[in-house]
Amino acid sequence: MQKNILVIDDESALQKTLGEFLRTQNYNVISALDGELGIALAREKKPDLILLDLVMPKKNGFEVLKELKSDMATKIIPVIVLTNLSEMADIDKVLELGATTYLVKGDHALVDILQKVKFTLGEDDLG
Amino acid sequence: MAGSKKNYQMPMSLASRFNVISQCKKYGVPFWQCPQLLFLVMGVAIIVAMITTYIIGTMYDSDPETVVFVVLMLTVFLLILAYVITQSFERLAETNRLKSEFVSIVSHQIRSPLTNLKWIVELLMSGILGKIEDKQTEYFKILKENLERMQELVSELLTVSRIEATKLVFKCEEFSLENMARDLVVEFKPIAKSSNVRLDFEADKDIPQVYSDPFQILQVIENLLYNSIRYTNFPAANDTKERESGKVTINLRRKGNTVICEVSDNGIGIPDRDQKFIFQKFFRADNVRRYQASGSGLGLYICKSIIERSKGKIGFTSKEGVGTTFWFTLPIGPK
Repeated sequence: MQKNILVIDDESALQKTLGEFLRTQNYNVISALDGELGIALAREKKPDLILLDLVMPKKNGFEVLKELKSDMATKIIPVIVLTNLSEMADIDKVLELGATTYLVKGDHALVDILQKVKFTLGEDDLG
Repeated sequence: MAGSKKNYQMPMSLASRFNVISQCKKYGVPFWQCPQLLFLVMGVAIIVAMITTYIIGTMYDSDPETVVFVVLMLTVFLLILAYVITQSFERLAETNRLKSEFVSIVSHQIRSPLTNLKWIVELLMSGILGKIEDKQTEYFKILKENLERMQELVSELLTVSRIEATKLVFKCEEFSLENMARDLVVEFKPIAKSSNVRLDFEADKDIPQVYSDPFQILQVIENLLYNSIRYTNFPAANDTKERESGKVTINLRRKGNTVICEVSDNGIGIPDRDQKFIFQKFFRADNVRRYQASGSGLGLYICKSIIERSKGKIGFTSKEGVGTTFWFTLPIGPK
């Protein structure tokens, strides 16, 4: 059965590229271009995994993560933070808020992201 | 950074150091706020104050109030001058802070479109969206390499702006430099091999653990290794003789309360005239720049900042056409 991945990111070019790539890997991708929509879709669709950006309009990634992790309905959904912020303080903060892992976009190729997605979904034993 | 060569390579002569007008122009501050000018005025004022006090003191020794008044006036003048100097320094510091902040913001903003471009190229190259012809693949590769170079530069600029804003976070702990270096040698062997360079590792027995931030030190060794491999087996400017095969070695040993790590190569070396500038920001040696367009000249500046933050030392010995050894020390952990 196809697994659902919710990508919350305000960059439409990234949504298109990452979404296209994940679809070719047999995932069903749902897109949200801002934090508020992201939370609404997470509650409604209950995805298997969320890829979350941090700098976004309406609600930023920190707020989204906090809300998702304090809601019983979305608490157990693993969240991979995918951002271009690379300050240690940001990394510490999102891990404290309950993110599964933190990836700096620029440091990773698409295949690296896929590997992390598979590992988080328990489809691959390589981290 | 060919354009910046003049600024960084010319040692500042005594005459140009005291050329107040050019110094003021360089800092972009008003003439009356230029630290060089103000220091000059202050120096002259102090000398004049001393001489005047002496003359007045000897002339009017029966009227001490006049002497006290004159000394008081001169002191007030010097205090005002000192205040203006402090203000001008604050302004320079603030300008520098704003510059670092600007670099940081711009770098972050550039990262997003760069990532998008890199991923789009990867997606196209993967053939998922349709078959790619060989000729197209060739150009996609060039595009990808150039994007990666830009990403590297942005990343280095961010690190430099963090260093300058003293925001570079250090999480110090005890760790094995030996294990780290060994792992890196394994990781770099394929890159070295593809550049026809032999990469070796040597270490004394029982190297103690060091105390620093392992993540930052990893960057330092990576940088030194990368440079060594890159500039070994490299066509130097006036190098017509047949070179011996490339060799890079990491050596670890204990020295007092520190561990010293050396990265040696038999590469092109650093010309004597360039050696004193090697740790400066954006500096790239002449023999390297002539043949290698890429490279920001920020790596060694970052290495030096990280090692100094770790209470270690960094240096090198080099001879053009023979090779270079970069070394750094790190303090042994408290245990």
